[in-house]
Amino acid sequence: MNRCPAIALAALLLAAFPLLAGEIRPDQRRSGYSFMAPDTKAIQDDDTANPGMLFVLDGQTLWTRKLGAADKSCADCHGDAAGSMKGVAARYPAFDKALGRPVDLEQRINLCRANHQQASPLAYESHELLALTAFIARQSRGIAISTGDDPQLAPFVAKGRERFMQRQGQLNLACANCHDDNWDRKLAGSAITQAHPTGYPLYRLEWQTLGSLQRRLRSCISGIRAQPYDYGAPELVELELYLMSRAHGMTMETPAVRP
Amino acid sequence: MASALVNVPPKAKRGDIIEIKTLMSHIMETGFRHTAGGDVVPRDIITSFTCRYNGTEVFRADFFPAIAANPYLSFFTIAKDSGKFEFEWIGDNGFSATASATIMVE
Repeated sequence: MNRCPAIALAALLLAAFPLLAGEIRPDQRRSGYSFMAPDTKAIQDDDTANPGMLFVLDGQTLWTRKLGAADKSCADCHGDAAGSMKGVAARYPAFDKALGRPVDLEQRINLCRANHQQASPLAYESHELLALTAFIARQSRGIAISTGDDPQLAPFVAKGRERFMQRQGQLNLACANCHDDNWDRKLAGSAITQAHPTGYPLYRLEWQTLGSLQRRLRSCISGIRAQPYDYGAPELVELELYLMSRAHGMTMETPAVRP
Repeated sequence: MASALVNVPPKAKRGDIIEIKTLMSHIMETGFRHTAGGDVVPRDIITSFTCRYNGTEVFRADFFPAIAANPYLSFFTIAKDSGKFEFEWIGDNGFSATASATIMVE
């Protein structure tokens, strides 16, 4: 009988653990870049060796291509991306008034296509959508992330944070169990890292292509043997939003390279 | 779309050893993979690359299925005269892409 309080105490401690281990202190935050080997860093640092730049180049071409029933290009409204898109990716996902919820950069591009170009949406992870996203996000390289400044986003950031802390899947792991509690350790020889999305869309050597943050999140969710949310699901956008606001103040690296 | 990135130093002294870097967008499908239905995904790779310096071939490489997507090459040559570097990639399914860069040799 007197074991009961001990069990209750243990259960209480376990329940409190993710919160106790807590978040990474702002001065301890590190980009995934700092975990990489010198060779991989060199690929990211040299724009003529960084394969992500191939997508940026394609995005630059797409930026000025007229399309859709409106026969308009991105540039017809937004002009030179170097000015108009500077810092934009650093504050996404952003609140969309019409939808009443946050949208990420990919969704913003597709909304623009639907509303202003009257063109069909681009599929997630399609070459064109990745190229356009990379080109737009490239204009924010070196700029500090400011996602989450908009007070309308607060409830969605909170939901994203809740999901980040929520244990799920057959392995019963939360994102926080790895990325808050064990970021200084390794998993099967690879650095776990702190999960700051500073360089998306990024070129993963394992993928042999550029990929979005949603692709990364879905891989992680499969990794803990949970059912991944569909591309574009509000749950994924909220997670993206939480991660970006968690990386508030860190600098954008797009297109980053990761192993 | 077949984008290429080439990096040739814009200026060099005569006799300098210069590094040339090229990056070509290509999926480099090995031909060894299968779809969920069991069908082979047909091979689609770049098979050869050549670099000409003022018309003279200075570097050539054959590519094979084990080479990663978006192949990156770095090689060296000696700066002799001002002029043009021409790059050509040839591959499966009639793939062909070119790029060029100029150099000033003093």
